[in-house]
Amino acid sequence: MNATWSRFNIVSIVLGFAFLYLPIVILVIFSFNASRLVTVWGGFSTQWYVSLFNNQSFLDAAWVTIRVGLLSATAATVLGTMAALALVRYTRFRGRILFSGMVFAPLVMPEVITGLSLLLLFVAIGLDRGFLTVLLAHITFTMCFVAVVVQSRLITFDRSLEEAAMDLGATPVKTFFQVTLPVILPAIVSGWMLAFTLSLDDLVIASFTSGPGATTLPMKIYSQVRLGVTPEINAACTMLIAVVALGVIAASVVNKQREVQRLRDEQAAQRG
Amino acid sequence: MADTTANQAVDIPKQGQEGGIIAAITSRLVIAVPYLWLLFFFLVPFFIVFKISLSQTAIAIPPYTPVVDGISDLFSKIGEFSFDNYLWLIEDPLYYRAYLRSVVIAGISTLLALAVGYPIAYGMSRAPISLRPTLLMLVILPFWTSFLIRVYAWIGILKPEGLLNQFLMSIGVINDPLIILNTDTAIYIGIVYSYLPFMVLPLYSALEKMDYTLIEAANDLGCPPLQAFWKITFPLSIPGVVAGCLLVFIPAVGEFVIPDLLGGSNTLMIGKTLWNEFFANRDWPVSSAVAIILLLLLVVPIMYFQHYQAKSQEAGR
Repeated sequence: MNATWSRFNIVSIVLGFAFLYLPIVILVIFSFNASRLVTVWGGFSTQWYVSLFNNQSFLDAAWVTIRVGLLSATAATVLGTMAALALVRYTRFRGRILFSGMVFAPLVMPEVITGLSLLLLFVAIGLDRGFLTVLLAHITFTMCFVAVVVQSRLITFDRSLEEAAMDLGATPVKTFFQVTLPVILPAIVSGWMLAFTLSLDDLVIASFTSGPGATTLPMKIYSQVRLGVTPEINAACTMLIAVVALGVIAASVVNKQREVQRLRDEQAAQRG
Repeated sequence: MADTTANQAVDIPKQGQEGGIIAAITSRLVIAVPYLWLLFFFLVPFFIVFKISLSQTAIAIPPYTPVVDGISDLFSKIGEFSFDNYLWLIEDPLYYRAYLRSVVIAGISTLLALAVGYPIAYGMSRAPISLRPTLLMLVILPFWTSFLIRVYAWIGILKPEGLLNQFLMSIGVINDPLIILNTDTAIYIGIVYSYLPFMVLPLYSALEKMDYTLIEAANDLGCPPLQAFWKITFPLSIPGVVAGCLLVFIPAVGEFVIPDLLGGSNTLMIGKTLWNEFFANRDWPVSSAVAIILLLLLVVPIMYFQHYQAKSQEAGR
């Protein structure tokens, strides 16, 4: 293995990661710039964070975004997990091809189309645009990502565990909550986080489906960016990055601990 | 809708009558709830878009936006045919040029992403096993940070007085700043950068599964490494190449944020055209028609993507 982990491979990985991370690192560094000019370093300062926290419209937008994210990710996780179960467990039901199409298509569907079509639906059924419509739109497009994440875990799931539980007299519902759910939980958790960050991120779909009083943070940032690059936006972006990075790191630590625990349990079971 | 009870009953031979009924109800619910949700919020809206794309502006605009009264009057004079909006799209070269540019830009960006992503994925798949999860997480991590932020970060780098030009001028490579922002080059950079994880992940999973003793065998038999790559490694990674290219190409065709922020006002891409028709011109029927044609353009790659997903799902079972 070491012979093939050649210099070429190392260089391509280092360059690739530099390309992926440098822009983000630069953005974070310049959010602490004392100068108003975003590309000239004028010393260290946290003034843009202070001015950000004094900006009520930014705080309002952040609050809307967080509420939409938490609610839509939770609903999308429930729906997406059900969709994954339907896809993996029930191989024969009428309209299954259409169903799997509707699960996979939103993953690649250009956002302008999803946004426009949802908006026209909301207008057609007479739903006023606002918080609720953004929420419904986000549930719809993020649930498919959850479904794909959970599905990939379910495929590798050892079904003999469930059969054993049911042979021992557990009902299917009890089997699901006591055997299946704990095993697929890491996938469900990462599905939830993916849904949350996608919702936190979304500009296009939110712009189409949002109404007065439901401006999300990306919409706010976008309208500011159009006016030019300012250090406040760098500060806002840095805080969003920090929230997401902390979440991802926490999740991976939890996952790792669960994995270690599971290995320990398995070893204990084998000994016993 | 759910025709699974027979299937389920085979799976649970020891279930009592009551448990069987509960199982049947839950299995129906598990299918029906997400099914109906997607039917209502994903499929039905497309029919509404199609319906509105055929209608006159006056009918389609909701009554609470009186701003468009002028446009709707103007529009109703153009003709009574319901395919007006489509004729409009065909007659105005602006639209088909925008479609063409979108496909070309997305195509070139996809190839660039493949060229950049392949060495990364290959390097990762050859990394020591203990390092791989970390490398994988490092590829996924930028994907979790906001798309908008990552595009925005490039503005400060690419603009004439930006960091790239400052750097290149300070080391003496160039004397005058390069004009990159607001050109197609900036769009390529933006798309490659934003969609790179989508390219790397499927490539990595294809390359990681590969049996590298094949390469060793080829080398032992005197095949030069580069030839071995093109004859063995690359063909075996085709599923990853296809998946990665589709994952980049399809959304890139309809991309709005990247051409809008990096491409400047002269760039015509269809996602931006749709956005402008909707938000600036407030012409809902025309933007619906733009969306329907974009959808028709993408229906083949999307179907192929679904077929591919279903196939890999079957293989994993």
